[in-house]
Amino acid sequence: MTDNEKQRRPLRSRPTLRELITFGVVSLALFISLAIAPAKNYFSDWRHYQKSYLSLAGQRQGGTLVRSFHTGIRQIWVPKLSVVDRCQSCHVNLDGALVGATQQPFRKHPPIPHQLDEFGCAFCHRGQGAATSVEEAHYTTEAWEQPLLPARYLESGCGQCHLGTVQGAPRLNDGRKLLATMGCVHCHNVVQPDGTQLQPDDDPPPLLHIAEKTSREWIYAWIKNPQAYAATATMPNFQLSDQDAADISAFLIAQSTPSPASRVAVKAPGNANPDLTQAATVYGSSFCASCHAVQNEAGNLVGGNFGPELTRVGSKVNADWLRRWLNNPSDYEDSTRMPHYRFDEKQIALLTGFLLNKKDNDLLANVHLAPTDADSVARGKRLVTESGCAACHKINGVTPPQNFAPDLTRVGSRALAQVVFAPGMKHNLPDYVDAKIRNPRSFGPGLKMPKFTLTDAQVDSLTTALLAQSDRAASMPKELLISGGHESNYHPGGDAGRLMEDLHCQSCHMINGKGGDMAPDLSAEGSSVQRAWLLEFLNNPNTLRPALIRRMPKFNLTQGEINTISDYILSAYQAPGLDSHTIDPKALGPDAAAHGKELFYSRFGCNACHIADYKNDKGYVGPALSGVGNRLTPAWTYKWLKDPNALRPGTLMPNFALKDDEARDLTAFLMTLKAKQGGGK
Amino acid sequence: MKRSIVTLTLAATALFAGCKHAQVQGPHPTAYGAAITEVSGSKQVAQVGATLPQPVVVQVNGGDGNPVTGALVRFRGQGLQFTPAEALSDASGQVTTNVQLGFQNGDYQIIAETWKQDGTANSLALREIALGFEQTLGRQVNDQYCIRCHDSESTPERVSNLDNLTPAPHQFTDGATLNRISDTDLLNMITRGGPALGKSPQMPGYASTLKPAEIKAVLSYMRAVADPPYQSPGVKYGK
Repeated sequence: MTDNEKQRRPLRSRPTLRELITFGVVSLALFISLAIAPAKNYFSDWRHYQKSYLSLAGQRQGGTLVRSFHTGIRQIWVPKLSVVDRCQSCHVNLDGALVGATQQPFRKHPPIPHQLDEFGCAFCHRGQGAATSVEEAHYTTEAWEQPLLPARYLESGCGQCHLGTVQGAPRLNDGRKLLATMGCVHCHNVVQPDGTQLQPDDDPPPLLHIAEKTSREWIYAWIKNPQAYAATATMPNFQLSDQDAADISAFLIAQSTPSPASRVAVKAPGNANPDLTQAATVYGSSFCASCHAVQNEAGNLVGGNFGPELTRVGSKVNADWLRRWLNNPSDYEDSTRMPHYRFDEKQIALLTGFLLNKKDNDLLANVHLAPTDADSVARGKRLVTESGCAACHKINGVTPPQNFAPDLTRVGSRALAQVVFAPGMKHNLPDYVDAKIRNPRSFGPGLKMPKFTLTDAQVDSLTTALLAQSDRAASMPKELLISGGHESNYHPGGDAGRLMEDLHCQSCHMINGKGGDMAPDLSAEGSSVQRAWLLEFLNNPNTLRPALIRRMPKFNLTQGEINTISDYILSAYQAPGLDSHTIDPKALGPDAAAHGKELFYSRFGCNACHIADYKNDKGYVGPALSGVGNRLTPAWTYKWLKDPNALRPGTLMPNFALKDDEARDLTAFLMTLKAKQGGGK
Repeated sequence: MKRSIVTLTLAATALFAGCKHAQVQGPHPTAYGAAITEVSGSKQVAQVGATLPQPVVVQVNGGDGNPVTGALVRFRGQGLQFTPAEALSDASGQVTTNVQLGFQNGDYQIIAETWKQDGTANSLALREIALGFEQTLGRQVNDQYCIRCHDSESTPERVSNLDNLTPAPHQFTDGATLNRISDTDLLNMITRGGPALGKSPQMPGYASTLKPAEIKAVLSYMRAVADPPYQSPGVKYGK
């Protein structure tokens, strides 16, 4: 083609077919590429669900709901907590505007104590809050490794702010308790977001004088399988080989030193076979079963779980040690929670015989250990050091290891890249934590964590509590954290204080923020009871509650000891805001009492729970009131009736919102009830 | 015509293959029962997502009423997980499974099925109850305050007071009675006591003891555990 020819060509020539095709393909490609985004948007999961929601709403509730609905992405945005949750784009009916939708994603959110937009969704449910597709929001993807949390761990969400006991979250509460009572936090460091370090609450016995208490054979059998000795034992199974167990038992016996108790002479009984019926009576009347359980013939445990189970104690302890222990437990172990009963020689002999009779001859039948030698002891010491026994138990010559096990402060957000999964496991965090607790040695040879005996529910609880230890919790604004209650370090002082420590009153009774919860809080006991009653009670503790099985034991106190303790309780443990002037005794006359009696039976039905008269009343819930006029002070009774919860938080007694004169008349009536303790029954 | 025959054949083959596949998966029954009955484990109450505290045990019986060993039992139920989901009955004709509840609170239904020789299924429906947050809170309040009088069971820590009272309190599982009382009436009774509705003054009012949310939670718990189940009056739709 020449230049001339080019010039002659019209400016607008018809495009060739080929150009047309190229143009068409390019435009189509452009169109498609431009359409991808709107199409993705159009066919998105949330749009699909919003459409089906609208059609459902239209069918059921007609116009209003449909008209007020705005199509589009919906999100909860809480900048302070870095929450951007778009879950409501599909779960459009969380507020329940459309009544009766039972299928997801349109179910109403069940009632919870927070507004849904207060914390968003992923805070508790996990998953990827900002995602807008079903897959990305709920499941693990390449870019997001945190899938939706299974329902059984949901309470871990609460635990990210609520660091103490949470009402309505039993699994979380149990899990936190188990971390302490199973001794997890002896080895693992767990620090809550407010800086509180979880403390163990399982009281493992010191092994400093173990040779006095038991035999090498028993130690061997015990560390091989603690649950074979006592089903309730919390000591885990270290899955030791026979040789390892033999060496460890050799070392533990070798390291043992004489205890202060060994210097105390306790006479051995003259009669080697005590009367077991009489012995059982001492065991019963000392209320040993309030703390210690024994398996009965049917295989059921009977008794408390505060002290160790005694089913096979006769196969464990040395008779001489047991006598000294019963004489005064603190001589052997000063940190024990067992009270110092003032048993006489005969009682000690009876109890020793009774307990030694609780034997299981099969337990040690097959234990035949080679004699101890220096190699065995040295190897035992090495094993004890390596296994971390000293993290829980005091052992001579072995220092407690520091940071023995991985820190679990942020275990609830551990990156999966840092996690070594056992073969065949699902790759997600809850399953990993669950498997670690259930069967720690399944993750490979050489791992040290022992196997604990836990029920499925306990494993779920522990996992829940650990999942609450998340990054989100650690970065919570401090003002949103609700710390748990901390035990005070209250100790009673003076002579009475020394006596009360000796009796370990605070093992069962809470006093000024420290102590157990087995028996009533004594912080205000001095305002509550009359002196004569208290003296009599300490001399012969008689239950006030007909239905209660756990009781205060009789400590065989001397009159001097009783006076010391009573004086202290009556002067030191006073409730603020009430005294002898709170109510005028003259106002408690017979007329008031008569009216009070009417109120007691007819108006308020107090006899539903309380026995005022053993002949007619049957109420079993509250303490018997037949002798309350001798027991409680009028001022306390009056204040108590007005607002029981103010004096004892958490008491079962409801607040009847009594008027002043009603409380006064009831007090007058109650003060006339002066039957001898225990009633006439 | 020819084409439709081919399609049909293909479909039938696929169907057959599917059936065969399904049969190979489960354990092979060595016997067949005529009936399936519950031994234990229905009407348990647990939190959402929890494994039921007790396993569910069913028994397969033959035509003569004696237990059948080796019969196949399969469990299913919407939202539920079974371990195992199917098994052969043991020497006493029983099959035991652990049941994990789903995400939703409310009632779950377990269907346990066994097959007769002719391939027809015998099934048994069991009810289990899952508690959400509100019902769990209600259960806590119940366990602390209500249970003493409203539950006839005694434990070593807590002796029931139910038999000491006249008129006897209703147990919360007593759906036949409680389902007929409206939410408003029940709330009033808990809040202001029995006399508020002309009932016994032995039921105290809890207005000053419990928070309104706790009282509502108790009601929610009562409704959840009612037997027969409580049907909310709810909203009825035209279409």
